[in-house]
Amino acid sequence: MTREHITIDGNEAVASVAHRTNEVIAIYPITPSSNMGEWADEWSAKGMKNIWGTVPQVTEMQSEGGASGAVHGALQAGALTTTFTASQGLLLMIPNMFKIAGELTSFCMHVSARTVATHALSIFGDHSDVMACRQTGFAMLASGSVQEAHDFAAIAQLATLRSRVPFLHFFDGFRTSHEVAKIVSISDDELLQLLPNDLIAAHRNRALTPDRPLLRGTAQNPDAFFQAREACNRFYTECPSHVDAAMAQFKAIVGRSYGLAEYVGHPEADRVIVVMGTGAEVTHEAVEWLNAGGAKVGVLKLRLYRPFPLDHFIKALPSTVKAIAVLDRTKEPGALGEPLYLDVVTALREAKDSGQTAFAADPKVIGGRYGLSSKEFTPTMVKAVFDELAKPAPKNHFTIGIMDDVTHLSLPYDADLDIEPDEVRRCVFFGLGADGTVGANKNSIKIIGEETENHAQGYFVYDSKKAGAITISHLRFGPRQIRSSYLVKQAAFVACHQYEFMDKYDVLGYAAPGGVFLLNSPFSAGEIWDQLAREVQQEILDKKLSFYVIDAFAVASDTGMGTRINTVMQTCFFAISGVLPRDEAIAQIKKSIEKTYGKRGPDVVRKNFAAVDQTLANLHQVKVPAAATATRALPPIVSDAAPDFVKRVTAVMLANKGDLLPVSAFPVDGTWPTATAQWEKRNIAQDIPVWDPAICIQCNKCAMVCPHAAIRAKVYESDLLKGAPETFKGVDFKGNEFKGLKYTIQIAPEDCTGCTLCAVVCPAKDKANPKHKSLDMHPQRPLRDTERENYAFFLGLPEVDRTKIKMDLKGVQFLQPLFEYSGACVGCGETPYVKLLTQLFGDRTVVANATGCSSIYGGNLPTTPYAVDANGRGPAWSNSLFEDNAEFGVGYRLAFDKHAEQAHELLKVLGAGLGDTLVDGLLTADQSTEAGIAEQRARVAALVDKLRAVDSLQARRLEKLADYLVRKSVWIVGGDGWAYDIGYGGLDHVMAMGRDVNILVLDTEVYSNTGGQASKATPIGASARFAMAGKATGKKDLGMMAMAYGNVYVAHVAFGAKDVQTVKAFQEAEAYPGTSIIIAYSHCIAHGYDMAKGLDQQKLAVDTGYWPLFRFDPRRAATGESPLVLDSPAPKLDLAKYTGNEMRFRVVEQMDPARFKMLSQQAQEQVARRVSLYEQLAKMAFPVTKA
Amino acid sequence: MDLSTTYLGLNLPHPIMPGASPMVDHLDLVKRLEDAGAAAITMHSLFEEQITREQLGMVYHMELLDHGSSEALSYFPQAGEFRLGPYQYLEQIRLVKQTVTLPVIASLNGTTSEGWLEYAKLIQQAGADALELNVYHVAADSRETGAAVERRVVDIVRALKESVALPIAVKLSPFYSSVSHLAAQLDALGVEGLVLFNRFYQPDFDLQELAVTANLSLSTSNDLLLRLRWLAVLFGRVKATLAVTGGVHTPADALKAVMAGAGGVQVVSSLLKNGPEHIKSLVDGMRAWLEEHEYDSLKQALGSMSLERSPNPAAFERANYMKVLAAYQMQIG
Repeated sequence: MTREHITIDGNEAVASVAHRTNEVIAIYPITPSSNMGEWADEWSAKGMKNIWGTVPQVTEMQSEGGASGAVHGALQAGALTTTFTASQGLLLMIPNMFKIAGELTSFCMHVSARTVATHALSIFGDHSDVMACRQTGFAMLASGSVQEAHDFAAIAQLATLRSRVPFLHFFDGFRTSHEVAKIVSISDDELLQLLPNDLIAAHRNRALTPDRPLLRGTAQNPDAFFQAREACNRFYTECPSHVDAAMAQFKAIVGRSYGLAEYVGHPEADRVIVVMGTGAEVTHEAVEWLNAGGAKVGVLKLRLYRPFPLDHFIKALPSTVKAIAVLDRTKEPGALGEPLYLDVVTALREAKDSGQTAFAADPKVIGGRYGLSSKEFTPTMVKAVFDELAKPAPKNHFTIGIMDDVTHLSLPYDADLDIEPDEVRRCVFFGLGADGTVGANKNSIKIIGEETENHAQGYFVYDSKKAGAITISHLRFGPRQIRSSYLVKQAAFVACHQYEFMDKYDVLGYAAPGGVFLLNSPFSAGEIWDQLAREVQQEILDKKLSFYVIDAFAVASDTGMGTRINTVMQTCFFAISGVLPRDEAIAQIKKSIEKTYGKRGPDVVRKNFAAVDQTLANLHQVKVPAAATATRALPPIVSDAAPDFVKRVTAVMLANKGDLLPVSAFPVDGTWPTATAQWEKRNIAQDIPVWDPAICIQCNKCAMVCPHAAIRAKVYESDLLKGAPETFKGVDFKGNEFKGLKYTIQIAPEDCTGCTLCAVVCPAKDKANPKHKSLDMHPQRPLRDTERENYAFFLGLPEVDRTKIKMDLKGVQFLQPLFEYSGACVGCGETPYVKLLTQLFGDRTVVANATGCSSIYGGNLPTTPYAVDANGRGPAWSNSLFEDNAEFGVGYRLAFDKHAEQAHELLKVLGAGLGDTLVDGLLTADQSTEAGIAEQRARVAALVDKLRAVDSLQARRLEKLADYLVRKSVWIVGGDGWAYDIGYGGLDHVMAMGRDVNILVLDTEVYSNTGGQASKATPIGASARFAMAGKATGKKDLGMMAMAYGNVYVAHVAFGAKDVQTVKAFQEAEAYPGTSIIIAYSHCIAHGYDMAKGLDQQKLAVDTGYWPLFRFDPRRAATGESPLVLDSPAPKLDLAKYTGNEMRFRVVEQMDPARFKMLSQQAQEQVARRVSLYEQLAKMAFPVTKA
Repeated sequence: MDLSTTYLGLNLPHPIMPGASPMVDHLDLVKRLEDAGAAAITMHSLFEEQITREQLGMVYHMELLDHGSSEALSYFPQAGEFRLGPYQYLEQIRLVKQTVTLPVIASLNGTTSEGWLEYAKLIQQAGADALELNVYHVAADSRETGAAVERRVVDIVRALKESVALPIAVKLSPFYSSVSHLAAQLDALGVEGLVLFNRFYQPDFDLQELAVTANLSLSTSNDLLLRLRWLAVLFGRVKATLAVTGGVHTPADALKAVMAGAGGVQVVSSLLKNGPEHIKSLVDGMRAWLEEHEYDSLKQALGSMSLERSPNPAAFERANYMKVLAAYQMQIG
């Protein structure tokens, strides 16, 4: 029987089995498991059936808690049900997991194991999440490769049906979930044979139905619970044998063989490592290499972790073993050891006690941690562990893969050891997120994996930024199965798809001697050498690299591909890497273009073909001189002016070398300094705005809309211009408020991302030549040096006195932004709101940030954007979880209020001694204006001064609390995924509490951070993941729900449509002495259009009535007025004018025009109804109670 | 009264039909047009560049986001099949054909030779009865000669005549240096119809914003005069049947167009103003006038005022200008 080879990633490999063997799938997005749910949704949306001929029902819930509840219900009702999750999501499922297991329910869930957030969040892989489930009663099956993940998904499904014990099948997040590999697929027929009908019938028979009524979920009492809990024991005792049987059956049908505890290595090994997941594959590879060199070592790959298969485990170990190292990919501070270690120690002891062991002598056992948060785990580390085991007193509770210079637990390893055989061809590619590099590489792997006999593997490392993110692709091809679950170290082919990287990263560090280096360069083969830094030249010479260049952007642009260089660079790769014969490779590329783009229209295919042909004509080898000639060295990563910590730690991370930092470099509790983004000069804009002061009308709108605080306005005394750089521009300020002062709009050339929003919003046109505006975009490179100098001078000018600023739209843009240069997308629609918040209240704000885009661009290392003012004040920021953000923020408020209350109490106690005027001033301060706040700060300073002289415990206590006498502003910030879905329960409770917190909902109408899954904010008719065919229901009216409370300030804003209203709403919300919520329209790349048009779309959203602008101030009711004020006029345009511009709506129309028409009609009706309702509410009068 | 006419080889009960307009996007309007007695339905134009831009835009907007960050490998689900490109247009032809029993004339505006040919074939397959080529081209490139501008049209028509069997009408603009010569060349290629004239969208200015705005103004009966002249000039000199578009608002306008030589009369602005039912009043009005003036049939009037048959042919040529100008001077003098 010929079996189909496919080249897919772990998530797809698992989803493929899960979708075909289930009937109900309840999901919620979380990295790195989201893709499994997305695949399932996509397949169901396309009508793909499971092996029994029905299309599985895929449903997105509001949280993982919700998904697990739905799963529990579906299981109780007898459906074959599954779900996919990881990390925090898995934690939310734990309560239901106890129930599902307690009810002995056949169920298999699939987990791409991911780090649980502790001192920090991490989206990457380790076993901390699954290990938190080991007490739930779930069986746990670990797979260590894409092939195993595919196979174990099927084995677990069978095992749960056989044993009635629910299964948690897990595999390493990212390393397996996102690795692309060539595997052999399981066919529908094989799955059908594997899953017998009688077991499914038995599952159905246990279901709840009124036709055979039963009761489950009773409350039991001391008389019964204990015994009833013990009644399940035999199912757990028998479970390993069911898994064994399932694996045997799998082998009989599918042909691949697995064991519960599988030993690989020398039959008389003296040292053995016990490990699960991809670590087992890496160890396997290392064991073979070590044994080939004469060692006697082995690895025990533990597949079934729960119920722990004691017999299988003991039998698998060679009797010769003298020392065992148990590797755990998790950390349990305070435990005697990590879970697998404890299990192994217990297993050996129990086996010994029961006489099951045949060891010559009791083996020594040590435990160690590896691979937390996807930290690399490589054969050289395996060797280091074996070396440690050979020592007379090996270190227990060690770590491997890091340098622990604090508690000295880490084992040393040889960083240069590379055991990979030459037969494996290795390639590394540096690219940008948006340039198509990863897509092209995935495509190349497919070509090589599916069109040749070679095995293929691809793994992709992404940077944390959303704009200008770097991607590094690691590809392997070889004649044998590839177990190398770690990054390529030495590559025969290295490509750099972005020229700018050559000065920033050690690209050639990946190049093997004698390898090929391909650079996408604006400089020709003749010019390039002289452009490179000396270190780069030297490395090319030292490694004797064959060096090629192509101007891929020119080829892409000439052939109508825009900035997409994927096809060009992929062609180069095949042309010079020698992986495939050139002509064959080119034919394959064209075939795959036809396949990928055929359905997108002939023009797209034609342009891609042209790009392939043009590439070959433009690819040239560089004649490398005999010696390095450059006088230029690589520039420093951060400026010399940066603080020590930034230079010592942050800069290393920026250079992509964070793995080298030792434990001592890091804070012990996840606390980091703010204001570090300023040190990372990213230079990602091709073009930046240039200011023409002659026609500027000084409206400051440019500064308002900038997502990255990279264009700023200041007024200052004219004598400060002395010593200004020659090209620095300053003109007379035109308004009355700062008469006589100079005015400057300044661009931060190295921080600007080139989004063009400022140039788009600029209303000042040259009357003689309206094409020219006060802000036009010009190439950054020639401006970089002068504007850098100008910007430095600008920053040196004093900030405008907050107390003198008129707080209107124009005025507030003179306030210093305390949120700058974030890693948000080019043209991000969220960050202008966050920036405005920090301008208005940043020096007294604490932010509670829900997990999502705003927490990633707000708090993802290496650098963070929240900044400090000249007084050292600025926003303090934290992210608790995704689901609890409102509660987290209200916690701040409770504490601040308590602090202030205690300060008041202490002031009253200490009153007389401190002076009545001061105390009275402090207690009754009006802090509604900047001036009032400044005065209160002065009073606090005076108080602290006076307290020093007071010798009492109360004085000491008041000293610590005095700062809380200045009003603190609590901002609860998050996206619609949080506010509408997962965090809504908490948000609702917080609104009901009425405490003085401000809630900012950055509404992109989709889960932006995890890749565009539908939320309850997604509008009807828009396509999103989990709503592929176009969402069938309307957007939840969160504003209306908040208004229903009656005592919550509610605003609906869109800065691109009416910036004045936005500014007003922020001010009113903050000033309102109760709960305020601002729902802020945020254009987003997930809407599918050029973000330069973001402001135009905001206007259309308002003009069509889709996004009405309003402010609801409960205080107005007291005067008889309606609290609701509509700030946008009646709709002027059809909704189609808005929806027609966005891909999220257009794809629905293109997929199913009839459905789109129907949904559009409903959408238009909903808009009309909503506007009408608001208009009526705004006209309402309230009875006024006379005092 | 026999109002029948032949246009593009189609035998029509009378010459009045809706011209290319967005009315055909709404099947209820299409039905009303039929009920009002329209002789045929003309589809709005399928614009090639709109389709290619959409295809490229889709790839651009969807793929640009792919593999950008570790959490979001893409933002849009991959649909199995997108009905991109001319799908919707072709579907609309099918729907219109299903809705009415009238002949359907599709309209195409291409930009590349591949586009013209590919889409014309698809339109033929979709069941259109004839194809109107909308040669909307603003000759703004100073390097392109007048002859080259004309050749552009001729080349496209030649290629299309070779590859599709549908009757073809060419909708011209008045901005050719020699409309007659061009018409003769097209006629030689065997086109079945010529439609006079395209009304270009005229750019307008927003004084406040110093911006160029697209503007669409409805025609008036004044717009008809330019068409009358060229219908009259061409009638009898070409084998192709002629149609008028632009400026027909009243039965008198329609009669004038027929007398100038139009076998087909396309109306858009007057329908947008008065509704589809206006077709009936135009047809009734023509019939009434012809009856009142004791015509045998409409055919008797066809081309009666053309250059060939007109009692004062000089009026269509240079002499007309002098005469009008002289009269005007007399008025002010």
